Amino acid sequence: MQLTNRSKVVVDKKMTFMERIYIPAILGGMKITLSHLFKKKATIQYPEQQREFSFVYRGKHILKRDEQGRENCTACGLCAVSCPAEAITIIADERKKGEEHLYREEKYASLYEINMLRCIFCGLCEEACPKDAVYLTEELVPAQYNRKDFIYGKDKLVQPLGTSAHPKTYKPYKK
Amino acid sequence: MEIPVEFLLEKTIVVVAVFTISLVIAMYSTYAERKVSALLQDRIGPNRAGPLGLLQPLADGVKFFMKEEIIPSSANKALFILGPSIAMMTACLTGAVIPWGSYLDFNGVQVALQVTDINIGVLYIFAVVSIGVYGVMIGGWASNNKFSLMGAIRASSQMISYEIAMGLAIIALIMTTGTLSIGEIVQQQTTDWWNIVYQPLGFFIFMVCSFAECNRTPFDLPECEAELVGGYHTEYSSMKLGLYLFAEYINMFISSAVMSAFYFGGYDIPYIETLNLDQNMVTILGTLFFFTKIILFIFLFMWVRWTLPRFRYDQLMNLGWKIMIPLAIANIIITGACILIF
Amino acid sequence: MANIIFYILSGITLCSALFVILSKNPVYSVLSLVITFSCITGHMLLLSADFLAVVNLIVYAGAIMVLFLFVIMMLNLNDAAAQPGKPFLSKLAAFVAGGLLLISLVYLLKGQQTGHIDLSTLDNNFGSAQELGKILFNEFLLPFEITSVLFLSAMIGAVMLGKKDLKDY
Repeated sequence: MQLTNRSKVVVDKKMTFMERIYIPAILGGMKITLSHLFKKKATIQYPEQQREFSFVYRGKHILKRDEQGRENCTACGLCAVSCPAEAITIIADERKKGEEHLYREEKYASLYEINMLRCIFCGLCEEACPKDAVYLTEELVPAQYNRKDFIYGKDKLVQPLGTSAHPKTYKPYKK
Repeated sequence: MEIPVEFLLEKTIVVVAVFTISLVIAMYSTYAERKVSALLQDRIGPNRAGPLGLLQPLADGVKFFMKEEIIPSSANKALFILGPSIAMMTACLTGAVIPWGSYLDFNGVQVALQVTDINIGVLYIFAVVSIGVYGVMIGGWASNNKFSLMGAIRASSQMISYEIAMGLAIIALIMTTGTLSIGEIVQQQTTDWWNIVYQPLGFFIFMVCSFAECNRTPFDLPECEAELVGGYHTEYSSMKLGLYLFAEYINMFISSAVMSAFYFGGYDIPYIETLNLDQNMVTILGTLFFFTKIILFIFLFMWVRWTLPRFRYDQLMNLGWKIMIPLAIANIIITGACILIF
Repeated sequence: MANIIFYILSGITLCSALFVILSKNPVYSVLSLVITFSCITGHMLLLSADFLAVVNLIVYAGAIMVLFLFVIMMLNLNDAAAQPGKPFLSKLAAFVAGGLLLISLVYLLKGQQTGHIDLSTLDNNFGSAQELGKILFNEFLLPFEITSVLFLSAMIGAVMLGKKDLKDY
């Protein structure tokens, strides 16, 4: 099957004299490098200039709240089950009286941890979630000095109150 | 033997100027190397230190000086220091016989833009280059390290092998010009065609050999960073390493100058005499033209470096002994036949 | 001025030549031999034999001594203590040979007339490649050609020795 028209069959034929003195080939190579002198440069001047993230970029997770500021997550555990890297740990708890303004469902996650060293940012948790709770944002997971700092708890994951934007437009790095 | 003061003063100024210019050009060759490599690879290159990154060589120099100076405890201390000194010294010595321009006329006092036009200038360059091998050998041996020694032997055998072909290429040139003085070789080209017309094959051999002499790609086995554990300078650090690397850039500058003086007319601008310019004007323009040629050659060095991969050691020796030397001898025979016939 | 240079050069030449035979480390010996050759080049320059001077530098200091250095570095002879002592017979032979060389040198130099040659009276071309070539190819053509044949045979011999087994080629 021919995939591209650039593929060549390898033959071990004897080289002609012109091929053996290599000079035409060297000149051809030098022509190519010279043409690159005038091509558009691929460099991005990093601190001043930043590259656009792809629309489907998957970065740090966020645990969504609904319009009234209640956590969507009901600790069903589907995200933890779907996670191929087994990065998610959940402990479920029952919603007490008077906590209706905090949690949307009767059951909620008292502990929701993602180990960012294990996470491969595949986005399967986002797809598995039936409650629209976990999303992957365009935020980067920064480097840390200690391994334990990579285990993100609810303090880092839950969407801050008052930022009720759609997760895909929730871009803290964009001004 | 009395030496007039004016003569001393004149020569001192020329020497200092040549020395400074070769150092500055070598310094900016390092910048140009990085810039050219970047441009050929679709990058931008140094642009942070100063406008357009022009202060980058200074930053590199400061970096080299600030780095920790390590002399291995089992190394031979005196020779370890002597190695890079010889490399740098021989690199700087060659500039003395190259005619950088014709002469300037200050109210009847003629100042030649050449340190000295000795009648064996061509051989002088060879002598200095052959002494330069010691810098590499001593440095590699004094490090007291197997890999340095192997690197030194690799480097010096490469330099000796290509020196032969280079010398044979030059013999053909000397046969056509009939002189060993570089000033005279350039002088002949101002009235005649450039030597490249008479010696195209000789120029090609000379160019390839000077690539090898300067340890430039595709012949940069003496210092390949990736697969041969550096080379003779494995144990070197700080400014001693800097001297080795810097000497290489000075050598590149000098061999560009030699190539343009031998084969491309040196400071000669074709048909400049038809413009009837002032002598000083002609000299200055000629010198500028000479430096343009040199810079083009330096660019060629870099262009080749970022195009071709490195030779294997046996390929390098095969090319030197089995192709370049027979070619150079054939060139001598052809040249001799042509001189005999015409 | 020339005298001062001559005495300085002679001093360095003699010291480095002595160091060649007195040094325990063969690498030092080779390097001081290089210095000796360079100083002799300086002497030749003082005698306005430019061509000979530079060729001496290229051939001896630049090529032959590099090969010496090659061999000594490769064989790693720098440990003098590890070498077996020379037998008495070879020491005696070396002494006799050296003594004979000394006697012949003294005899040669004794017959030479000494005197001053005014260098300024010499032709400007003296010692140049043209003059040397004319002498070599006129007066001394036969010795010159015989020497080159000798070199050629030595070269062929070296190539033959260098090949391990002729059947392989």
